[in-house]
Amino acid sequence: MRPFDYARPATREQAVQLLAATPGRAAVLAGGSDLLALMKDGVVTPERLVSLQGLQGDHTLRFLRYTAAAGFRIGALTTLADLAASEVLRLEHPVVAETAGRLAGPQIRNVATVGGNLCQRPRCWYFRSGFGLLAAREGASLVVAGDNRHHAILGNDGPAYFVTPSTLAPVLIALDAEVVLLGPQGERTIPLEKLYRLPLAEGEREHDLGPGEILTELQLGPAAGRQVGTWEVRQRETLDWSLATAAVALEMEDGRVKRARVVLGQVAPLPWTSREAESFLTGKTIDEAAADEAAKLAVQGAKPLSKNRYKVQLARVAVRRALLAATGLDREL
Amino acid sequence: MSDDLTTLRLRVNGETRAVVFPTHHTLLEVLREELALTGTKHGCELGECGACAVLVDGRPVLSCLALAAEMEGREIETVEGLQIGNELHPLQATFADLNAAQCGYCTPGILMTAKALLAENPRPSGDEIREALAGNLCRCTGYHKIVEAVDWAAARMRGEEGTPPAEVFYGSPVPDAPRV
Amino acid sequence: MVETSWPKAEARRLLGTRVSRLDGPAKVTGTAKYTYDVARPGMLHARLVHCPHAHARITKLDVSAAQASPGVKAVRVIQGVGAEIQWAHDEIVLVAAATGEEAEDAARAVVVEYEVLAHHVDDLHLDQAPETRAEEEELAGEPEKAMAEAAVRSKGTYGLPVIAHNCLEPHGQVCEWNAAKDTLTAHCSTQAVAALAPQFAERVGLPAGNVHVICQYMGGGFGSKFSADRWGIECAEISRQAGGVPVKLMLDRRAELTIAGDRPSAYAEIEVGAQADGTLTAWISKSWGSGGLGGSGRPPLPYVFQIPHRRSVHHSIPTHTASSRAWRAPNHPQGCYLSMSALDDLAARLGMDPLAFVRKNEALLGPLAKTYLEELEIADRLMGWSARWKPRGGGKGPVVRGLGLSLHMWGGSGHRSSCEVTLQPDGSVEAKIATQDIGTGTRTVLAIVIAETLGLPLEEVRVQIGDSRYPASGGSGGSTTVGGVSAAARRAAVNALRMVFDKAAPALGTTPDLLEAVDGSIRVQGEPGRALTWRQAAALFGRAPVTATGGNPAPSGSGELELTGSGAGGVQMAEVDVDRETGVVKIRKMVAVQDCGLVVDLKTAESQVYGALIMGISSALAEEKVLDPVTGTLLNADFESYKMAGIGDIGELVVHLMTGPGYDERGVIGLGEPPVISPAAAIGNAVANALGVRVPLLPFTPQRVLDALESPGRGIV
Repeated sequence: MRPFDYARPATREQAVQLLAATPGRAAVLAGGSDLLALMKDGVVTPERLVSLQGLQGDHTLRFLRYTAAAGFRIGALTTLADLAASEVLRLEHPVVAETAGRLAGPQIRNVATVGGNLCQRPRCWYFRSGFGLLAAREGASLVVAGDNRHHAILGNDGPAYFVTPSTLAPVLIALDAEVVLLGPQGERTIPLEKLYRLPLAEGEREHDLGPGEILTELQLGPAAGRQVGTWEVRQRETLDWSLATAAVALEMEDGRVKRARVVLGQVAPLPWTSREAESFLTGKTIDEAAADEAAKLAVQGAKPLSKNRYKVQLARVAVRRALLAATGLDREL
Repeated sequence: MSDDLTTLRLRVNGETRAVVFPTHHTLLEVLREELALTGTKHGCELGECGACAVLVDGRPVLSCLALAAEMEGREIETVEGLQIGNELHPLQATFADLNAAQCGYCTPGILMTAKALLAENPRPSGDEIREALAGNLCRCTGYHKIVEAVDWAAARMRGEEGTPPAEVFYGSPVPDAPRV
Repeated sequence: MVETSWPKAEARRLLGTRVSRLDGPAKVTGTAKYTYDVARPGMLHARLVHCPHAHARITKLDVSAAQASPGVKAVRVIQGVGAEIQWAHDEIVLVAAATGEEAEDAARAVVVEYEVLAHHVDDLHLDQAPETRAEEEELAGEPEKAMAEAAVRSKGTYGLPVIAHNCLEPHGQVCEWNAAKDTLTAHCSTQAVAALAPQFAERVGLPAGNVHVICQYMGGGFGSKFSADRWGIECAEISRQAGGVPVKLMLDRRAELTIAGDRPSAYAEIEVGAQADGTLTAWISKSWGSGGLGGSGRPPLPYVFQIPHRRSVHHSIPTHTASSRAWRAPNHPQGCYLSMSALDDLAARLGMDPLAFVRKNEALLGPLAKTYLEELEIADRLMGWSARWKPRGGGKGPVVRGLGLSLHMWGGSGHRSSCEVTLQPDGSVEAKIATQDIGTGTRTVLAIVIAETLGLPLEEVRVQIGDSRYPASGGSGGSTTVGGVSAAARRAAVNALRMVFDKAAPALGTTPDLLEAVDGSIRVQGEPGRALTWRQAAALFGRAPVTATGGNPAPSGSGELELTGSGAGGVQMAEVDVDRETGVVKIRKMVAVQDCGLVVDLKTAESQVYGALIMGISSALAEEKVLDPVTGTLLNADFESYKMAGIGDIGELVVHLMTGPGYDERGVIGLGEPPVISPAAAIGNAVANALGVRVPLLPFTPQRVLDALESPGRGIV
């Protein structure tokens, strides 16, 4: 790993200033599990690391607060292990706690943070091999011409073909979570969904974080009777990344869906909301046929690359199973 | 920037050690190079094999993905601190006894991770042991014996006599087929 | 009289019992020192500059900035201007500096320019290979005629990709050149301590005796660590160039995966034919594969079954990737998977239970037929095969279950080996042998054999290995170590004991042939009262230690029986669950029944079988090197994207070792390799049994399973 300046500010504002002082050349160090691996691989080479672990007093970012009325405020430095172990989260949003507890391996969960999980960089093997986030060479995508078995089937009109890595993001987006961003211009709160964007040129990020801006907090409302389900397809039981995930949250009224959120992960360069499935489900009662139809609609626009046709099937099955899990129908099958 | 050194007092295996190290060095590097604690191993160096796992404040973390500069005031435990006096820790004893260490390179990381598991859960199920060790690769690969060794150590730490699970049927009649 | 042959079953005290690894305590306390752990005073750290292209010519090379870089002590050009580079990540320049970071900075300062040349990294499409090497055709009988006459035929394509060794400790060494004495000391992570010294010597121009290779502990080899390697030679040379300062060079994970060896791929079109009753008659196969620039080895086809009418041709494809190295049981997992898949498909066409199909063809099973049949009987009972097997396909719901089986064979005869046993005046016993423990338990095996022979407790024998200055022993490959070192140690210990008996006999007023070594004493047979302690017996030699040596094979003309045998057979059965909607395959249970002749240590033997079984499961479910067609580089050069089975992926494992009459008397046979051969074949057949569709191409990922379900019969492309 190449040397860097190490800064350990005591306040959030100092952290922002330190980052803004060297735009593009400084990185935020939270748990470090993604950043340090990227640095060791030489994929990123920040000149300054601004550690958030030294924040003091009210500035610390490792907290999890709950009120019945407003739900959760979760500091960005809260670890995945903290989430998985939180009694109140397990009661209110069991699916979120379970998702956090299934991520990565136990050693990683002890240090990896909520903020880091939401802001982690794609696992694309071209990106990680140093070919750049868009992996273009002489104007052509290496991904399209090469081995794209793990790449995007949706939102892949280019130039981005990687898939979003977080398995936490889809379920949080389905639950309408928001994130608080603190930057040189102050604080803003945006829907988590809006944190993600498609990079259009090399050098652009897949996150909507301005220079010097840090993600400080996740806000997650109360469950409010929503039926929530997720399904993750992964190859190995142990320490593996998802091949496809789906998260659904359903607001019900008189046995019918009043509002549906259907969000897929690992299928597109950003967490993929299926408006088609959501509008189909609205007003329906959920049974197997409805789940089948919604799942079909969710992948209707999929455009598989040369080697990832199978992911269309995985995404479809994930949506179907997430819907059945949300409504408890999986237990009756 | 490569001259940038950090001076810290690290708590390692119950002792306070003053160390000076390049600021960008990982905990793994500082343990091995500054403190000569080479029991903790360099494996994949990218957080994917668990060979470098140590305990920080009682919880397993990957020392290859932790900056030593962030470790002030934390209690660090490595395999060198696992023994209780001259006695092997029960995990060490069962790993040695059952041949759960083959080439042995993954063993320190697994022992430390298992220690944290047993501190939290003295009676783990097989699935809980496997889940706790999901981040540790063994290429030799002794997974089967590793699970047995953790299970047996847990029993011994609970004060139960415990016996290792029944072995293969070498020299004894093969049992009847499993029931359908 | 002391017999060289292995003691009879009733006389064995330690042999074949369950002995814990002697180096277990060192490994669980962190005191075992591996090459990566070696730190020498003043040691420099070296880093390599690698070529980013799969095929290129160096047009410009400038190391002046690297030489001027802070902390740099030496720079070596490994390949200079004009050199043609044949694979990505090949070594170009080596730099040594005071710290790793300084070496990295200097490596980055090296300027290399390349003329990029066309590359070929595709090993799957034989027809697209620019160059192939055809091996000699193997032919018996009249295969085409027999195929035409066969009542039932099955034709298919099957394949296994290139996979990696992935030793947890990477390749590397610490080299220390002594300019004054012209000697080289090399701490190497190696499977061949004795062979490495002359390799280094020849390449650096020293007499072999001036090179000292040391490897006390090593973190896995699996066939990839037999060579001094170019980076090892360069490490020695850069130590010389730096004035005799020790230099450490360990490969990083990307280099380890990319250039430190792999197992060749194998693909095949196979047609098999049988009579209506299942009797196999005909085999025709065309196979191909690659392990890099050197092409592939030739998988044995057909495997195990000696089909009377058969033709097999093999084409080796050179690709622009680093050459393959031995990977646990070279060529056999490939031959096994290809053959067992084809035969299982034929059994399905015949409507036969694969177990009945094998039994029907027992006449074709060769010299190990009896072993296989006995093993199948046991495996059947351990798996409950006969009670639960059902024809392919069927099942309700998304998750379906299946059973599969496979057979394998291996040689495993002991390698050339010599051992020295020294008896000290205080009665202590020490053995020295230039072998190595690659995780298999070599120290323990040696101590068991010597303690058994000398009638001593295990802890009274001190075993020293891992040093090229000890008597030479072979490399640990081909499952030859246990047979070689146990035979050599037995003979050395027997020779030592004969010397002791000769000295002790007059003291005890008897003749040597009436003595025995029991319970740490030398005594007259049947008269426990007439005895010397081991220490008293040793003292008879005066104050100088005495040494005896022994070797393997048996001394020529001695008329001695060999202590090691060859030819181990094994059968494995797999039970899997397959989610046919997601393509996820899960192992429920595996049964491995294995023969290995005389067992020296049951515990280490079992460890070998469990370990091999799991490594085989890993190759079946997850492993594959993925090369980018455009850049020719390895895309999954880390443990995240080069997937291996973890502790939760292995299911229930049952291991049974064959022993007793018919097995023991063949002597010691190695078993590090045989149990790794069958898992993928057994699992593949179980997957086909579950799905009703063959998934022809390993590994059985969701992608491969769903592709096969979508278009059954489309084969491997």
